[in-house]
Amino acid sequence: MAAEGAKTTKEEKKILFGLDTFGDIPVDKDGKKFTHAAAIRQVVEEAILADKLGVDSIGVGEHHREDFSISSPETVLAGIATRTKNIKLATAVTVLSSDDPVRVFERFATLDALSNGRAQVILGRGSFTESFPLFGYDLRDYNELFEEKVELFHKLLDEKPVTWEGETRAALKDADVFPKTESGRLDVAIGVGGSPESVIRAARYGFQIVFAIIGGAPERFAPYVELYRHAAEDLGTPVLPIGVHSPGFIAETDEEAMEMAWSNFKTLWDAVGKSRGWPPYSYDQFKYEVAEGSLYVGSPETVAQKIVKTIKTLGAERFDMVYGGGNVPADVRLKMVELYGKEVIPRVRELLKES
Amino acid sequence: MIKTIGILGAGKVGVTLAQLARKAGYEVVIAGSGDPAKIALSIKVLAPGAHAVAKEEAALRGDIVILALPLSKYATIPKDALKGKLVIDSMNHWHEVDGPREDTIPEDITSSEHLQSFLPESRVVKALSHMGYHELHDHAKPKGSDGRKAIAIAGDIKEDTETVAHLVNTLGFDPLIIGVLKKGRQLEPGNPGFGASISREDLHLRTR
Ligand SMILES: NC(=O)c1ccc[n+]([C@@H]2O[C@H](COP(=O)([O-])OP(=O)(O)OC[C@H]3O[C@@H](n4cnc5c(N)ncnc54)[C@H](OP(=O)(O)O)[C@@H]3O)[C@@H](O)[C@H]2O)c1
Repeated sequence: MAAEGAKTTKEEKKILFGLDTFGDIPVDKDGKKFTHAAAIRQVVEEAILADKLGVDSIGVGEHHREDFSISSPETVLAGIATRTKNIKLATAVTVLSSDDPVRVFERFATLDALSNGRAQVILGRGSFTESFPLFGYDLRDYNELFEEKVELFHKLLDEKPVTWEGETRAALKDADVFPKTESGRLDVAIGVGGSPESVIRAARYGFQIVFAIIGGAPERFAPYVELYRHAAEDLGTPVLPIGVHSPGFIAETDEEAMEMAWSNFKTLWDAVGKSRGWPPYSYDQFKYEVAEGSLYVGSPETVAQKIVKTIKTLGAERFDMVYGGGNVPADVRLKMVELYGKEVIPRVRELLKES
Repeated sequence: MIKTIGILGAGKVGVTLAQLARKAGYEVVIAGSGDPAKIALSIKVLAPGAHAVAKEEAALRGDIVILALPLSKYATIPKDALKGKLVIDSMNHWHEVDGPREDTIPEDITSSEHLQSFLPESRVVKALSHMGYHELHDHAKPKGSDGRKAIAIAGDIKEDTETVAHLVNTLGFDPLIIGVLKKGRQLEPGNPGFGASISREDLHLRTR
């Protein structure tokens, strides 16, 4: 049914709906945590279901800490690639600063081959920094690292021999990098938080933007969308569709979703907060985020209404919901994927058509 | 009388504060680390009416100057231009950006005291540091509004903390003076006041 819905709306402004996960550790029926390995296999199953239901993309994050199973997103995506047909395979996000642009290109071009052109790199800062000491980078060089590596990566995208010199990695002279993609160019977007500089950078390189709106009212980003448009016009780069990435929790009823989301988001938030010096997550904060902020929590109808509001407010053409944050039972995660694909997406499309 | 607010740092917090200050009717001069041309478009679109300038100019022209740059970059602050000024320290040591704390600040003192010793001829008040930038944006409300949130202020000179309290109030928050600069410890990451986006009474309980 959902796949049918997707077909009939193809002629209109095509809005894309994705699911993102960081490979959080699910629990079984007795509340026992999955192993990291099982958590990864769970994500593959969810992606297969999402593909069947016509969800447009699956994005997996890159983290290097115990709470998340995915540190090597392209490998997980490669696993998904060979068992799915249509779904786009994305990252959320690829931490380019502590990676090597040539390697990133090679891995994604490989993924693109395995998936018949479905790979999408989403570059970004990410909100964790474990990768820096792990791979021998100094956090304080963050800006230089990102700036230089984006520049090199952008050059590699032309798929021609590259000559490049910088401070952060060995220089390249007429280096040709393989495999080449069949389309001639990898699909690349950039994940942006609230930093104006990142918005302008995306415009400069002609990358699509996915706004990571993980706290506060989505309306706050309307001026950033405007900034992106202005910047692209000034720089003479194409104005590309805007995407939004935000966390959510869907269950059959609002009550059920609220209850499970609260305990899981609290677990997640407090685990991260401990290392950053935040106070414990409060129910007031949670309620605010659900009512007016950037959490999409509730029954399919509630979540659909909220997504529609955000899409309209920001003129977004892509919405990626981060699901499964915390230690969510595996069957609840799977159900969430199903509700998103079968009910939320068609309902959002319907509501958008009505207005 | 404060007419012009200088802001050093044109990132998430700097821009948010520029928006609030414009809304409150202040003149705003804001700077990033380098050429003002780099931030001109962002400022024009995101905080209309604010002026993108060089950091020295923002420091010189501000009747009060807010520091909203990464703490570990404090040595790049135009120190001379801040002589004799009231300076608001909205910076935190943030591991994700600044690396290990001991690389930037001596173990036994607060970040604001350390900044004060770097700026001996300025008067440092700690404020606008404990609330996330999106909360600053979303929760700014006119005086007397229901559910108004509070901003804590710590400084050694009473008159200065009162000036900052007035500013905080006009920006959209209930001011709460918690004591001398040293008391700013309560607002640093890992302490009870950090991350607080709560009422004045609740914040008082957390920062006693
Ligand atoms: N993010 C929050 O929610 C939050 C909340 C409260 C307080 N804080 C604190 O506020 C400060 C800024 O945080 P942020 O999140 O806004 O960071 P950000 O988005 O990275 O922005 C930092 C800004 O500082 C600029 N800068 C660097 N050196 C400078 C100098 N010498 N003079 C003037 N500007 C300079 C940077 O300019 P370039 O781009 O040109 O380098 C950039 O515009 C930090 O100390 C942080 O701990 C953050």
